Amino acid sequence: MDRKGAHHTDSVELAAALAANIDTAFLDLVHATQDDIFSGALRLTGNWADAEDVTQETYTKAYHALGQYTADRTKALHLREWLWTIAANLCRNRIRSRRRHPEAPLPATLQAKGPGPEQQAVAADELSLLAGHLLKLPWQMRLAVVLRHVVGLTYAEIAEALDRPLGTVKADVHRGLAHLRNNLEETQWTTN
Amino acid sequence: MDDKLTDSLRSLRQPAPGGVLPAVLIKTGIADGYVTRSSPLGLLYVAFSEHGISFVDIAGTAESFEQRFRDHFGRRACAAGSMPTELASSLARAIDTGRTGSLPLDLRGLSAFHVSVLHKAAEIPSGETRPYTWVAHEVGNPKAARAVGRALAANPVPLLVPCHRVVRADGRLGRYSLGEDANKRRLLEAEGLDTNTQAQLAGRGVRLLGSDTTHIYCYPTCSYARRITDVHRVEFKNARQAETSGYRPCKNCRPKGGRSPELSVQDSESRVSGRYRAF
Repeated sequence: MDRKGAHHTDSVELAAALAANIDTAFLDLVHATQDDIFSGALRLTGNWADAEDVTQETYTKAYHALGQYTADRTKALHLREWLWTIAANLCRNRIRSRRRHPEAPLPATLQAKGPGPEQQAVAADELSLLAGHLLKLPWQMRLAVVLRHVVGLTYAEIAEALDRPLGTVKADVHRGLAHLRNNLEETQWTTN
Repeated sequence: MDDKLTDSLRSLRQPAPGGVLPAVLIKTGIADGYVTRSSPLGLLYVAFSEHGISFVDIAGTAESFEQRFRDHFGRRACAAGSMPTELASSLARAIDTGRTGSLPLDLRGLSAFHVSVLHKAAEIPSGETRPYTWVAHEVGNPKAARAVGRALAANPVPLLVPCHRVVRADGRLGRYSLGEDANKRRLLEAEGLDTNTQAQLAGRGVRLLGSDTTHIYCYPTCSYARRITDVHRVEFKNARQAETSGYRPCKNCRPKGGRSPELSVQDSESRVSGRYRAF
C-alpha cells in the first residue's frame, strides 16, 4: 500500500487512458480502486449496504463528471485523490441521513482469514472492536485515520482529497490513533 | 503498539463485493447487465440496461452470449448478480403469464416501424397466434407483411415479446429466430396450443372459425373461437366467405381481409370509448 511511486505511475497512465477512451479505461479504474473505496467507505460508515451504495455512486458520479471534462483536464487528474473527494462526501451524507432516519446498522461482517477457527474468532473480535472504536471518532479524525491506515493514502494525498492543510491532516491522524489506543486499552482493562 | 494498531487498521480492508463492478457498468451505460432464467427452450440469457430489457437469447455458455451481445450492440454485457428489484419482478411476471405487460424494454436504435411491430406482437395472448398480415394491418401498413416478418426475425427480445405467436397466413408456423424453427412449436405448445389440430385445420384450407349462434368469425386460436361448441362451429376459407355468409369479424382477435376500412375505424373508436365488448 505504501508503493507511492507505483501508484503514482499507475494513476498517470490511467488518467491518460481515460482521456483517450473513457469506456474502456473506466473499467480499469474501477478494478484498480474499488477495494480501496469500498474498504474506506465500510469503515467510515460502519455499514455494509451503505459502503456498497457509496462505492457504486462514487463511480457513477465520477463517470458523469469525466464526461464533462476536457481531455486535458482528465489527464491532469490525480485519480485516487479525486475519487476520494467524491467518496468522502458521499460517506458523510450517508451518515447524516442515517442519523435523521435511523435504522439498525448492519454489522460490518469481517471475513476472518488465517489459521484455526478459534484464533480467527479472536482476531475477528478484536477487529470488530477496532472497527467500532473507529466509528466513535469525530468525523475529521475518522476520515484521516481511515484514509491513511485502512486505505493507505499518503498524508499529501489525503490533504489534496479533503482540501485540508497537510499539517491538520497529520495532526488528525496522530490524535485519531491516540484516541483509538486509549479506547482499546480501556476496553481491554474492563474486559480482563 | 503503534505498529500493532496500524497493522490491525490495515487488516480492516475488505475487497469490494462482486456486485459493485457490474452495477457501475450498468448504471453508467458502459455495459448492460444480464441474468439467466429458465424457459421451455432451456437457459435463457436476459440482458438489461437502465432503460429495460435489451436482449434475450438462448446460448450454450455465458461467453457465447456475451460475444453475441457484443456483435449485436457493440457494447459489453456483464453477468449481474441480480437485477433492480422492480425490473426483476416485472420480468418474472412476464415470464409466468406470457404477457409482456408493463415490462420495460430497451428498444433504442430500432425504427418506429420495428417498435410498433414488436408492441403489436406483444398484444397477442399466450397460446394464440396471428398471421403476419394481421400485424401488418394492425400497425397501419397492410402491405408490409414481409417487412413485419423481417422485423420479428430481428426481435432483440424474443419470448418476452412473443414473436413466436406470429405465424404464416396459411396456418404454417413459419420461421423462428431464437434457436431453430422447431422452437416456435415448442413454445406454442408450452403455452397450451394444440399445434396438431391447428395444422389439420390449416391443411384443409380452414383459416377462420365462426359460430352459427352469434354469426361472428375468429382466428382459430382466438380464445372466443375455442369456446364454440362442435355443433355450432362453422369453418371458413377466408374472411370474404365468412362475410358473404353473413358473419362479422370478432372484435377480440380482429381477423383481417374481408371488411371495408370504415369498420376498423369504428372498431378502434368503440375501444377508445370504453363501450368495447369483445364478442
